[in-house]
Amino acid sequence: MKRSVMMLALAGVTVTGSAAALADVVVKIGFAGPLTGPIAHVGKDEQYGAQLALDDANAKGLSLGGQKVKFELMAEDDQADPRTATTVAQRLADAGVKGVVGHVTSGAAIPASRIYEQAGIPAITPSSTSPALTRQRYKTTYRVIANDLQQGAAMAKFATEVLKAKRIAVIDDRTAYGQGLADAVVGSLKRLGVTPVGREFTTDKSTDFAAILTKLKGAQPDAIFYGGMDAQGAPVLKQMKQLGITAKYLGGDGACTAEMIKIAGPAMSPDVYCTQAGIPMDKMPGGKDFNERFKKRFGVPVQLYAPYSYDAASALIEAMKLANSAEPAKYLPQLQKVAFKGVTGNISFDASGDSREGGVTLYQFNSGKWEARP
Amino acid sequence: METLLQQTVNGLVVGSVYALVALGYTMVYGILGLINFAHGDVLMIGALVALEAIRLIQLYAPDLGLIPTLLGGLGVSVIVCMALGYTIERTAYRRLRNAPRLAPLITAIGVSFLLQTLAMIIWGRNYHTFPQLVSTTPLEPVAGVFITPVQIAILVVSATLMVALLLLVNKTRLGRAMRATAENHKVASLMGVDTNKIIAATFIIGSALAAVAGVMFSSNYGIAHYAMGFMPGLKAFTAAVLGGIGNLGGAMLGGLLLGLVESIGAGYIEDMSFGFLNSSYQDIFAFVILGIVLIFRPTGLLGERVADRA
Repeated sequence: MKRSVMMLALAGVTVTGSAAALADVVVKIGFAGPLTGPIAHVGKDEQYGAQLALDDANAKGLSLGGQKVKFELMAEDDQADPRTATTVAQRLADAGVKGVVGHVTSGAAIPASRIYEQAGIPAITPSSTSPALTRQRYKTTYRVIANDLQQGAAMAKFATEVLKAKRIAVIDDRTAYGQGLADAVVGSLKRLGVTPVGREFTTDKSTDFAAILTKLKGAQPDAIFYGGMDAQGAPVLKQMKQLGITAKYLGGDGACTAEMIKIAGPAMSPDVYCTQAGIPMDKMPGGKDFNERFKKRFGVPVQLYAPYSYDAASALIEAMKLANSAEPAKYLPQLQKVAFKGVTGNISFDASGDSREGGVTLYQFNSGKWEARP
Repeated sequence: METLLQQTVNGLVVGSVYALVALGYTMVYGILGLINFAHGDVLMIGALVALEAIRLIQLYAPDLGLIPTLLGGLGVSVIVCMALGYTIERTAYRRLRNAPRLAPLITAIGVSFLLQTLAMIIWGRNYHTFPQLVSTTPLEPVAGVFITPVQIAILVVSATLMVALLLLVNKTRLGRAMRATAENHKVASLMGVDTNKIIAATFIIGSALAAVAGVMFSSNYGIAHYAMGFMPGLKAFTAAVLGGIGNLGGAMLGGLLLGLVESIGAGYIEDMSFGFLNSSYQDIFAFVILGIVLIFRPTGLLGERVADRA
């Protein structure tokens, strides 16, 4: 409040044509993600990404329906918590935001999506990868990143075509994430004509996997896929070595972490692979330039998904341009027609709101760290 | 055949940890008729204290060999857990000794939450890497069965501790006093047994065993975590009931049997049920066996006494 008063005063003093500037229509864009808690750095990163997109649009000076518009970001903290996420979503809707960039995690994005649907406000998530989000078929739900189905498909393709694995076994931890990812891998394998030689299950609280691994060993797999988090994924890998299983280890993004390397320790080898939704900065068409501008504007380097949240915000603005209006009811249908070159690649959406070109990157463990494969 | 042998080894390793923890449950139950639900969390504290001690030893005496470092960590952890066991008994259970049976049971659950929360505050929610000082590289396979040095160490240490405990209870003065207290602590105290001391000793011995089990558990899997005590605690309690709670030999037998049932169950449940069930029923399988045993032998496999407690 104080700031706008100051800006008005400033405008009055310095700019002669200030009448036009005062007439700018403010378009509020919401952002929701964890801004406190253990993954606050990821949330803040995405908030900055969205902010940068709005800054860029403001610098260009955009007119919608004959009126100059000024975008403002309204950032809310959902603590990556499903309940807080719905409260925050309601707050954004009540504040009259015209579109939302968020939420960051699937656990928050799914419950919040219902509120945006009821309010008719488009929400584009930069980083939630659960297939369940877009499976709800909400008209207002979009995402710019690959979902877990695309991730599973990429892993299945890599395992059969590059690793030439014919005998693949699959384990999951029976959580929504682990099971979803493992099912996606199995489904894609079957489409490629490969039937898994084993399918075993564990829980996200287990520590001993010797029994199921011994059973899989009997099936002589070339590769074992584990759908779950690093806390179980690392012991699975360790126990494979302890049982003399030489199969390659494949994991999803839950195991594609620094924590995985730390816990698995000496069991890590170049036979360990994982997938991650999204592509690394240096592979993005606009990555280098984005990183430099981001650093200059916010004084911190890009953490993770900021380029995706930049593209999510840009997609909202593109749709507004196509509709020549910032009213959700008018520009929402245009989101389907959006097609532009973003920082992360070409941005366009399919009928369910998923990104058409959601990139997935394969990583291989090499000399102490994850290395993106070309 | 190879697979069956490997599953047996897997089961024995897991089972011997269960057995060691089950002894703690069964000793306390035998003497007090109390199910000490905090016992699994003593295991967790044991592992995390050992982790901390090993880190300090590695920091200040990096030239100490691997085994002395592990023994140092283990020693610190055993002492801390003994003190913890005594403190729990003294502060949480002693005042409730003559209270209705439900009160100490609820208190035990409370102590369990307390220990977990304290550990969460001290060590955080993240998984910690536990230094694997005994090699986890498998030895040359015998008959196609892979076993690692740390697993052999687990089997040997558990067997030794179990024999030592049996000797302690059956051959020593302290053991005789413990048996007397278990039988009837009022009469035992009339006969000149300091039952308070004996009960404290029981908690201290049980906690020491839990500390050893915790260190073995973490050495084998290479991780430690504030909630790691819950599952082994639950399984060990099941093992104690399976073998006949209150009976030392029963706890050992129950632990080994539960380990074997779990491992062989997970390995063969799919074939045995013609593909109808799969390894997501691994835990249920163990409890089905428990149910069947209790139907035919309500006091457990080796339990002789009619359950006049619980």
